[in-house]
Amino acid sequence: MTLADLGVSLCGIHLPNPLILASGILGTEAKLMARVARAGAGAVTAKSCSLLPRRGHPNPTVLAWEHGLINAVGLANPGVEAEVKELRQARALLQPLGTALIASIFADTVEHFAQVAALVIEAGPDLLEVNISCPNVHDEFGTPFAADRGAAAEVTAAVKEAAAGRVPVLIKLSPNVSDIAAIARAVEAAEADGISAINTVTGMVIDLHARRPILANRSGGLSGPAIHPLAVRCVYDIYEAVRLPIVGIGGVSSGRDAIEMIMAGATAVGIGSAVYEEGPEVFGRILREMADLMAELGYERVEQMRGVAHW
Amino acid sequence: MKPSLPQVARIVQIVDESPRVRTLVFDLSMAADPGQFVMAWLPGVDEKPFSLMRAQPVTLTIARVGPFSSAVHRLGVGDRLWLRGPLGQPFILPPIEAGQPPAGGTNGEALLLVAGGCGVAPLHFLAERARAQGWEVWVVIGAQTAADVILANRFAALGAQVRIATEDGSRGEQGLATDAAERLLHSTRFRMVYACGPEPMLEAVEGLAQRYRLPAQLSYERYMRCGFGVCGSCSRDGWLVCRDGPVRQVEIQREER
Ligand SMILES: Cc1cc2nc3c(=O)[nH]c(=O)nc-3n(C[C@H](O)[C@H](O)[C@H](O)COP(=O)(O)OP(=O)(O)OC[C@H]3O[C@@H](n4cnc5c(N)ncnc54)[C@H](O)[C@@H]3O)c2cc1C
Ligand SMILES: Cc1cc2nc3c(=O)[nH]c(=O)nc-3n(C[C@H](O)[C@H](O)[C@H](O)COP(=O)(O)O)c2cc1C
Ligand code: FES
Repeated sequence: MTLADLGVSLCGIHLPNPLILASGILGTEAKLMARVARAGAGAVTAKSCSLLPRRGHPNPTVLAWEHGLINAVGLANPGVEAEVKELRQARALLQPLGTALIASIFADTVEHFAQVAALVIEAGPDLLEVNISCPNVHDEFGTPFAADRGAAAEVTAAVKEAAAGRVPVLIKLSPNVSDIAAIARAVEAAEADGISAINTVTGMVIDLHARRPILANRSGGLSGPAIHPLAVRCVYDIYEAVRLPIVGIGGVSSGRDAIEMIMAGATAVGIGSAVYEEGPEVFGRILREMADLMAELGYERVEQMRGVAHW
Repeated sequence: MKPSLPQVARIVQIVDESPRVRTLVFDLSMAADPGQFVMAWLPGVDEKPFSLMRAQPVTLTIARVGPFSSAVHRLGVGDRLWLRGPLGQPFILPPIEAGQPPAGGTNGEALLLVAGGCGVAPLHFLAERARAQGWEVWVVIGAQTAADVILANRFAALGAQVRIATEDGSRGEQGLATDAAERLLHSTRFRMVYACGPEPMLEAVEGLAQRYRLPAQLSYERYMRCGFGVCGSCSRDGWLVCRDGPVRQVEIQREER
């Protein structure tokens, strides 16, 4: 029996396998990203960074409930200047392993998105992911860029211009919208190179004795098993709507879940909350399960499975 | 998913250990080992990590150093705190040689515990376990002044040998905890060294352990958010204090040739 080839190409970048560490999970330090790479990730995404350092929200910020995690870390990060140093180190550690490095950025205005993008590219990441799920302060209602077609397209165009063809740009979409496919079409029209979906789903957990939400920010983002079917549906809808490669993210914790994402249309698959149960070693397990399942299903290459659920 | 939401716990007893440190006993028990910690939440204030000083019932020894710990110090008996855990990897006691009774079966070798600041809390839990298994336990408590020396009597009550080192010499030996530890390493046969305290102290203890060719277990601190290895906040060069630690195992290094 020939071993399944798990390699994929994402926006022209070769990944040894389709599993990508999702942003904000263990992506804070070069050596930590290298550890996840050694555990088997085909690419690692750094924690989202902004122009200036941010402390994030006070604790509690991350909790594990029955069916997943909920977090309101508040995009704590050391700022793009420190991030560039960390990413440079990460790149040096990842290169010999053949693991791709994805930088992640966010900002409060379109101009700042372009500025952070231009700065972070200096570190030489293989891909640039743009987290547009944060509130748009230009908008008096504080709607996230990801919830508005016009705002999402504006950010995409500005970051694409700043990237100047030096690095493919992935736009990370939020599921907290009524029509994610419409947003996907808008960022495709603004010439995004790919789409990451999804970010966390807004939620809340209340402590009965304290009689208040546990997260200091009150509401937070759900991730993990609870959101998996929701994420699969988003990826499915986006695949129908656009021709861009998709990084399918949301509650993937087994080879079955990963292949499901790929069948829905994902080119690569993000893994975040699944590190909660097993640590970085979860990547190795999911890869083994994928290889076994591909053999069982009669697939030799990952791309043969992509989008097969559409008929 | 294994949920780890905070559990409400009521304070049933408060003991003042020093002007800055108090021990809180709760109406809650956990299956936990020495070295493990909990995230303690005070609604509307913050959530911070604290080592278990005892798990049955849950007992925490908390120094007043900032906003959260000050708020905890304002609580009284009957007030509540929310705890999630136990989290992290514990200290491990050396295996006792087969066929030997625990008491005196430790081959005349003892355990050395070096505590700085609030590092005494998890080491007290460890001393309790070790004594129950029959280990001879030596504890060095390091502090700035006599007023900062805490839990010394409790260690003594467990039957542990206690050495105190204060930087100003106001109690016990004058100097650092590691100076006192080195004198003990000189005169007593130890099997393992355990330490919890400020990082420079841990570094010095690691150096001593290497010099005396002893394995060591060192407990670290970092700012924490999740406490379970997801957010990356507590990374120490890729090693997660909350999940891989807080206790780090240091093997005896081979002699350089
Ligand atoms: C695994 C673990 C176990 C712990 N166990 C205990 C314990 O048993 N008892 C106890 O009293 N504390 C313990 N701590 C430390 C405790 O979590 C912090 O002191 C906590 O931050 C106090 O919160 P605060 O808001 O009162 O003070 P903060 O505002 O957080 O801190 C006040 C001051 O102390 C400094 N500080 C805080 N934490 C540290 C640190 N880790 N290293 C150096 N300086 C620091 C800050 O820089 C600041 O100047 C533990 C920490 C960890 C990670
Ligand atoms: C603790 C935590 C922090 C996160 N931080 C970020 C972030 O900084 N940027 C981002 O784009 N997504 C962030 N996310 C979202 C994840 O990248 C991912 O989209 C989401 O968790 C769904 O995937 P999962 O179910 O596999 O975790 C974070 C998620 C978690 C749990
Ligand atoms: S506190 Fe989140 S990884 Fe350690």
